[in-house]
Order: sequence, then structure tokens, then C-alpha cells
Amino acid sequence: MEGIAGRNPLVTWLVHISAALLVIIWTVPTMGLFISSLRDKDQIAVSGWWTALSGSEQNLVERTAAPDEAVERDGTWVLEGNLFGENEGTVSAFGWRAQEPAAFQPGETAELRGGETLTVEKDGTYILSSVEQPEGKRGQRIFFTSLQPPKFTLDNYRNVLFSQGIGRSFINSLTVTIPSTVIPILIAAFAAYALAWMPFPGRALLLATVVGLLVVPLQMSLIPLLQMYNSVGGFLGVPAKTYAGIWLAHTGFGLPLAIYLLRNYMAGLPREIIESARVDGASDFEIFVKIILPLSFPALASFAIFQFLWVWNDLLIAMVFLGNNEEQLVLTGRLRELLGSRGGNWEILTASAFVTIIIPLLVFITLQRYLVRGLLAGSVKGG
Amino acid sequence: MGQILSALGVVILGVAACAGYFWGSNVILDRIYPPRGPNAGANIMRANTIRPWLFVGPALFALTIYLIYPVFASVWLSLHDRSGETFVGTSNYTWMLNDPEFRQSFRNNMLWLLIVPAGATFFGLLAAAVTDRIWWGNIAKSLIFLPMAISFIGASVIWKFIYDYRGEGQPEIGLLNAIVVGLGGEPHAWITMPFWNNVFLMVILIWIQTGFAMVILSAALRGIPEETIEAAVLDGASPLQIFFKIKVPQIWGTIAVVWTTITILVLKVFDIVLAMTNGQWNTQVLANLMFNWMFRGGGDFGRGAAIAVIIMVLVIPIMIWNIRNASKEQ
Repeated sequence: MEGIAGRNPLVTWLVHISAALLVIIWTVPTMGLFISSLRDKDQIAVSGWWTALSGSEQNLVERTAAPDEAVERDGTWVLEGNLFGENEGTVSAFGWRAQEPAAFQPGETAELRGGETLTVEKDGTYILSSVEQPEGKRGQRIFFTSLQPPKFTLDNYRNVLFSQGIGRSFINSLTVTIPSTVIPILIAAFAAYALAWMPFPGRALLLATVVGLLVVPLQMSLIPLLQMYNSVGGFLGVPAKTYAGIWLAHTGFGLPLAIYLLRNYMAGLPREIIESARVDGASDFEIFVKIILPLSFPALASFAIFQFLWVWNDLLIAMVFLGNNEEQLVLTGRLRELLGSRGGNWEILTASAFVTIIIPLLVFITLQRYLVRGLLAGSVKGG
Repeated sequence: MGQILSALGVVILGVAACAGYFWGSNVILDRIYPPRGPNAGANIMRANTIRPWLFVGPALFALTIYLIYPVFASVWLSLHDRSGETFVGTSNYTWMLNDPEFRQSFRNNMLWLLIVPAGATFFGLLAAAVTDRIWWGNIAKSLIFLPMAISFIGASVIWKFIYDYRGEGQPEIGLLNAIVVGLGGEPHAWITMPFWNNVFLMVILIWIQTGFAMVILSAALRGIPEETIEAAVLDGASPLQIFFKIKVPQIWGTIAVVWTTITILVLKVFDIVLAMTNGQWNTQVLANLMFNWMFRGGGDFGRGAAIAVIIMVLVIPIMIWNIRNASKEQ
């Protein structure tokens, strides 16, 4: 393959460029989210994230200090201060009338209506001087265009984690995900072993059923199960929406894939191992626990990753089988709520979204090997 | 924190209960039919006919309750009124045929079915073909694969940010509008543009699914016997000819698998539409419409179930094809 591409430099270049283009298109959206989540919220609102490093221009208004505070110097009354206060910035233009907010360059002197003169420097310091002693509490308004230096902050994360409920939802998501990932594995492993290595009537039919159930849309299950949960809850006197309910639901919905993946893997293990163990007098239970289970680790790992990602990222099942309250709202559900209530507040949305996707991304990056193996076993082989 | 501890407790308890069931039921079986003594042979036979059912029992039980029973129950409910008690025949289905919202959802779903599998397979094939030829291909693959880990709702936020519209005269902070303005065009509120907004939503799913298509197609491409390619090279075929005339025909089977897998996912697409538009501006799809009816006005279970049945019917051909293929392999 290398040889073919290598023969024609033009083709090689085309291949490199199209690969680079694909990578850029597929990573830039996530990158934009991540960069925005770290930016100052005022900057997100006025400039694109791709300008994050070059600072942003803002049109601002500040008042000078109260005229009462003017001091007399060489016969004129002077008010001094800095437009940025404690912060930093660069003034690129200023003015004193709302109609002409950028009439003067920094360093120029502007003459105001009452005969005062106003000078604003680049760094934001201003001098307002007048011949008569000024009076009053309200300072003169100064309009200015400021170039804010790029500002990165973790405030957005602090805000969403502790004030917007994302922190709590993170815990709820973990609560849903851990049992929903572990429980189906055990149940599926036993069934997969029986389907792979124990002859019994109806085995082929059961296997075909599992393959068929792989593609049954969840939508078919929602209404009957909702009814069932409501009546079981009513009968037992417990709420219909509980963590136990969603753990079992995810277990049920995850089983077809789990059985299918594990059976395919176990059926591929060498027959001799199992037969020789049988000859040695090992029971099926012993063979399963001592031989099959340890050998199947790669398949167990790939299913665990699938199920983890699927449960963590699920919104539909959580919306139907869990409540909308603080104790039960998972990350995906919370993100949806924020999307509705904080539609324009990108500092909240980007930081929240990043918190919800960081765990799956980490799992994905570290365990990609197993995931790819599972994908291949699940689709190429089984078709 | 206490909640996580209790979840961990449940995990330990659940695993212990499962292990206890499997272990205990096996011990009991061996007690009833001991594999030694006078009847050892007959006992082992009997135990071996029962044991498989002990192994598949819990799985079978869960599958029945969560997937098999609901299929029949949904069909039954779709023939009943909103509360699920009065039989109404096929009136939910006739309602559906005349409901403009349903028709629109159906049309949109068909559009999704055409564009998303085609787009994801095309880009997946392209990505697989180019990344297999370059030294940094593995890194490129990982990066293209990465969106697979992102939830639909997370991806919706990412793309809503890209499609963001600020109104004319203001600096655009959405990437798409910034590019359009940079090229001298007019900014638009993409999400509210009928018809094209459907495509903008589909882009999100294509973006997520391309990595899946790429990984599987890349494995298939690497499985092609070298000799066929060498023969083509000797015959003087160009790289493009080799790709389209030698390689692609040999992986049709895998392309079909990728295509059908994404098709099934597309039929169930829900989160993206819910998060981006909730079906407004002519973007409704079946799964979201079904969810709406489940809770609309206290919930109309009959109509909701009828829509679910339609989704199921659309899946059935693929289901049969899968079962055929799987049993051919046995």
C-alpha cells in the first residue's frame, strides 16, 4: 500500500491533505467547546472562541470618580483614575457622547460641554480637569473601546459544578452507571456460556431470538414498562421511579448485545480446553468459573465499555424511568434542562457539556483497544 | 457521596446475589441428582438437561420482561385508547395517516434514513482509505473516532454552539456563521430554516457515526488479500481504480453491515432532535413524536404505542436479514 501511494507524490499529498482535513473537521467542534468553557463569560458573548488568544474588543461605559473628590492643582480642579479599576486592558478609542463613543484616540484631549478637558491614556488612566470646582456625586460618563487581554478562567466550571447542579448530577450519573454496567455482565456471561457450549433443545431458537432482540427499538418497551413500573410501584407502595428500576431496565436492554458478544467470543475458544476439563471430571459450573471466565476477559471488557458509554450517555431511559428532581436528574438530563433554561449562556452550557463528556472521553481514550475489538466482533463477524 | 456508596453496595450485593444464585442452584442440582452412587449415569443425564436452563434462566427472564413482552404489549396498546383500556381497533393508525405532524415525522425519518447512513459510510470509507496510507494514520483514526464517546445531547450542545446566530451587525460567535460572513455571505439562524435545518441536525449524527464506520471498514480493507491488489498494480491500475474496482467490491458485505447498523440507530434518533429543536420548524421525527405523545396531555399511550409499532415495522426487514446471516454462520 505504501508503495502504491509513494509512487505518485501528488497522490501522497492528496492523501495527507484529505486526512488532515477530516481530522480538523472532526476535532474542531469539540475543541471549540473546550476552549469556550475556559473563557471569561463576557468574552464568550462578544467574540468567537477562535479569537480567544488575540483578545476581544468591547465597547464599555464607565463613570469617573465623583466630582466632589476633585483636587485643586495649579489653579485647576483635577479628577484622576483608571477606567479599568483593578483590571487590565487597553483603550483603543474613547469619547464622551453616546453618539460618538470612539471620537478620540487615546492620548488626545477632548473638550467637554462644560469646558472641562478629558484625556484618556492607553492603559485606561484618565484626567478630567476643569477651571471651576466641580460638584455632585455622579461622575462624567466616558465611553471607550477596550481591547481586553485574553482571559482564561475556571469560574465557569466552579459555577456549573456547585451552583447549576452539575456536580450533583455527576454523582447521580455514577449511581446509575456502575450497577447498570456490572449486573448485566454476570447474567449474560452465564447465558453466553450455555448458548456456546451446553447442548439443549431450543438453543438455536434462543440464539436467533437474541440476535433479533439486538435491533428491537427501545421505543417499543417504553410504554408497557412505564405501565408495569407504575403498577408494581403502586402495589408495593414505593415510588415508580427509582434507581433500582433503572438499573434493571438498563440490564434488560443491555443483555442482547452482552449475550451476543460474549457467546461469539466463547464459541471461538478452543474446544480441546473444555473437553479435556470435562474428561477430568470438572462440572460445567467449574469449567465456566475457572476456565471460560478468565479467558473471556477481553470480551467482558469490551462489553463493559460499551455498556458504560451507552448508560452514561443515555437520555431517553433516564427521562422515562427516573424522576426530574435533584436526587435523580442525571448529567444528560441536566444538560437538556440547561439547554432549555440557559439557552444563550454559553459559558454555562459549554462547561456543563464538557463535564458530561469528559468521563466517556477518558474511558474511550484509555480503553480504545478493547472497544475496537468489541465493535469488530459485534458487526463484522456476526453480520 | 452516600449515594455512590449505596450504588457500590448494590453492585456488591447484586454480584453476590447473582453468583449465589448460579452457585447455589448448581449445588442444589447436584444434591438432587448426585453424579455418583447407584444411579450416577442417569443422574448426570438428568442434571445436564436441567443445568443449561439454570444458566440461561435469569437472562431469559430479563429479556422476556424488558424486550419480548413489551413488543406484544405495545402492539396490543396501539389498538386501544389513550388510557390503554378501551379497544378502539385501528383508529390510532387511521388517526396517524391523517395527522400532518406524523406525516412530517415520517418524511423526515425517511430523509434521515437516506442521508445519515450514506454520509457516515462515505466519510468512514474515505477516512479508512486515507488513514491506512499515512504514518500518522493511527492518531488520525483515534481523533475521528473520538466523537463516538460523546453523548447525543453533548454533541447537540457542541453543534448548537457552531450553528449559533447572533443577528446582523453583531459579531458572530458561531463557527458556521463566522465562516459564512468571512466568505462574504449573510449570517442565518440555521436551526430555524425549514428543510435545511433537518440536514444540519443530520450532520451531528454523521459526525458521531463516521468513526464507527471508519473502524470497521478499515479492518475490512486490511483483510483484503494482498494478491488481488498486487495483480491490479501489475496491470497498471491507478490508485483510484484499485480502490473503487478492486477494494470496494470486496468489502460490500461489511459496507452493508455498517449501513444497516447506522440505519437502526437513525430510526431511533431522539436526543438530537429533542435537544436542538424539539420538533419545531419542521424537524419532527418518529421517536421524538412518540415520546411527545407518551406524556402529552397526561399521556396518550395508544397513539404513542402506535408510533412505536411503526418504528418497529421499519426495523423488521433488517432484523430478519440479521437473523438469516447469523444462523448461516452457525
